[in-house]
Amino acid sequence: MADEIGAVVAAAVAEVESDRTRLMDVIQAVQRRVGHIPQEAIRRVAEALGIHKVEVEDMVSFYAYLDREPKGRFRIRLARTPVSLMNGAAAVAKAFETATGARLGTTSPDGAFTLEWTADLGMADQEPSALINGTVVTALTPGDAPAIVAALRESHLSGARPILPDQQGIALPRAKVASNLVQSGPVVFRQSARGAGLRAALTASPDEVGQAVTKARLRGRGGAGFPTGLKWKLCRQSIGDEHYVVCNADEGEPGTFKDRVLLTEIADAVFEGMTIAGYALGARHGLLYLRGEYVYLFRTLQDVLQRRHELGLLGRNICGHEGFDFDIRIQLGAGAYICGEESALIESLEGKRGAPRDRPPFPTERGYRHQPTAVDNVETFACVTRILEKGADWFKGFGTRESSGTKLLSVSGDCPHPGVYEVPFGITVNQLLDLVGSPDAAFVQVGGPSGQCVAPKDYGRRIAFEDLSTGGSIIVFGQQRDVLEVARLFTEFFVEESCGWCVPCRVGTTLMKNSLEKILGNRGTLGDVRQLEALAGTVTRMSRCGLGQTAANPILTTMRNFPQAWEARLQPEAFLPRVTLGEALAEATRVQGRAPVPEEEGA
Amino acid sequence: MSGKSFTFTVDDVVVEASAGQTILQACDAAGVYIPRLCYHPELEPAGHCRVCTCSVNGRFSSACTMPASPGMVVESDTPSLNADRRTIIEMLFAEGNHFCPACEKSGDCELQALGYRLGMEALPFANLWPHRDIDASHPDIVLERNRCVLCTRCVRASRLLDGKSVFGLEGRGVHLRLNVDAGCLGETALSAADKAAAVCPVGCILIKDHGYRTPYGRRRFDAEPIGADIEAKRAPRKG
Repeated sequence: MADEIGAVVAAAVAEVESDRTRLMDVIQAVQRRVGHIPQEAIRRVAEALGIHKVEVEDMVSFYAYLDREPKGRFRIRLARTPVSLMNGAAAVAKAFETATGARLGTTSPDGAFTLEWTADLGMADQEPSALINGTVVTALTPGDAPAIVAALRESHLSGARPILPDQQGIALPRAKVASNLVQSGPVVFRQSARGAGLRAALTASPDEVGQAVTKARLRGRGGAGFPTGLKWKLCRQSIGDEHYVVCNADEGEPGTFKDRVLLTEIADAVFEGMTIAGYALGARHGLLYLRGEYVYLFRTLQDVLQRRHELGLLGRNICGHEGFDFDIRIQLGAGAYICGEESALIESLEGKRGAPRDRPPFPTERGYRHQPTAVDNVETFACVTRILEKGADWFKGFGTRESSGTKLLSVSGDCPHPGVYEVPFGITVNQLLDLVGSPDAAFVQVGGPSGQCVAPKDYGRRIAFEDLSTGGSIIVFGQQRDVLEVARLFTEFFVEESCGWCVPCRVGTTLMKNSLEKILGNRGTLGDVRQLEALAGTVTRMSRCGLGQTAANPILTTMRNFPQAWEARLQPEAFLPRVTLGEALAEATRVQGRAPVPEEEGA
Repeated sequence: MSGKSFTFTVDDVVVEASAGQTILQACDAAGVYIPRLCYHPELEPAGHCRVCTCSVNGRFSSACTMPASPGMVVESDTPSLNADRRTIIEMLFAEGNHFCPACEKSGDCELQALGYRLGMEALPFANLWPHRDIDASHPDIVLERNRCVLCTRCVRASRLLDGKSVFGLEGRGVHLRLNVDAGCLGETALSAADKAAAVCPVGCILIKDHGYRTPYGRRRFDAEPIGADIEAKRAPRKG
């Protein structure tokens, strides 16, 4: 075993030329080949890269998809989100428990299956979904579990240590991700020829390309809406040995899946936007950080890169342009929502835990490998390609003054046609709900858990950076849904995904969850709500990065927009303890084998 | 060392700073105390505790990481910020297992001293009561993780000042814990003379056989509140 681990580590370290910043690739290779990251591998990786064991453990222990203990040959990770639960994920989970013999959160006695919940997989339009090793299965029903488990058992009989079942030619039932582009629009999804935007860019100077993006008033599509042209200008002005272009394909906001659709349908336009950025910024290297859940796209994307190389759209002297060299590497993530935050993403790219950095300095000044770096969203790069194809004025012709162009919205939940819709910025929530066929929605989550819970009184508001800003997640909830139950699930999500670096987010998210559970357990009073509101304010103000600063939004926006839902949960007493006296004494009662005398119970 | 000097204001006090200084460094030199926990003057700032968060030109930033710049308007000593700081200290008390009356560090503990300075009374949150390991394997040093506040002072000191990287972080979120570069502390290269063994703000890293050399009542924060040494630099000018 130790010899095998040694060989795996040696090969993985050689593959990355002993580059410490590629620790993620080395560790993922160990996980793939060994099935987990044993202590022996950590020791050898540290030795081979010339770093301390404690540094390797720091990184490995951070990511949800890296295991330090042996797990089942097949990891079945079921998405646990409001939408998956609405669509019956609990029953699917039960069916998998029965079929595998593993209870949720454990490994089956035969060591074949580990069954667990996971966060949103980027499949909100086809829930319930699951990630089985690297394969995504979607639109599950309880009836699918036995067939899937049988197929997995069969693939195991072939002997090898399976990572992606499809590598062994075993087709899993339901192993299909529907693209679900429901409404294509005139900008991002317009028909266009591969290379047209890039060739147009190369007829202009790098400065002029940057100016075109500025003139188009393009803003970052990840949700923050920072002007892309300004970001590029700041990056270009920064002095460094290298400049880097990074594409953030770590879309982890629950309810978002538009980057999945973009990378499935028009990956060429995304890579082309990165190449155009490389030209504008004088960068030679681009990196696309792909969320671990989308590993199933990895090979297809590599193929697209390969084709672009063959066509002279990547590599040396691109399109015959002397001296313009640009290449793109895909870095696979390993299950951490925080890595969608640009500075955490850079840390992860450098083979470290995905903890955000303090700013300043901003990535445009000191980013990847401490060099000037422009990090932009998948959709932003696709927009860049379109701007260069058709011109800034054409692009500005769509949307509003503050928010030019169109936006891809990932629509899910209680709606008849979930999927991606390309709509012009400025569309009202009402118009959108009519479009997706859910005019009677009780509430709409705009921008995912970190966004806002919007009530019908605000359905006249517009989706745009100047009003309701969203990276693309739109979750529709019907009349039968409980707004506070959704807030609870979202708060749990932030507890799971807090990186832990700073106190207000690390501790505050758990304290908020505990308080919310007390209130939802009908033991909350007005004092609890007031205290929760104050706590939520502290978490918002004092947290270090956007995750913590928005982690209280499920609580704060429902307090603001649905006060009646909170009031309905309150008890009239001035104070109620979190547990009853009986619950507090339960353990003692059990140990002593006798119940307290009735008088003591009543307190 | 100093480049051009300039001024900015903190709660209407004009503070002089030089290029490259953070808000906290400039304020310390000027005798304006901003409460802080994870910051240590000999270590690069890490921004963990957020206790030093101020309003900087209307935006919240940690004073330990934010470079001072000319004309900056900083608010620090406001009721709202001090309430937020107190809440953070309360969070730390709820997160770990802190029993001040039974702790060797009582009176010399920065967490406890901040609690007093910021007016913390009863803990408003239910304790999380985590299970934390104690590591007494080292002949001279004990690691009492129940009291760890994850400030990473020891991590930074060991890496940058001692050149040993004895400490590191492990896990994420509320499961984050202080890790050591071996099976236990006794197997690491840590020495009681290391900087990493001396920078702990709480009673987590303790030198053995030293616990009660200074009796209760005569310790650092028994005499005056935390931050008084910094404020003393400014006091003469007041009078």
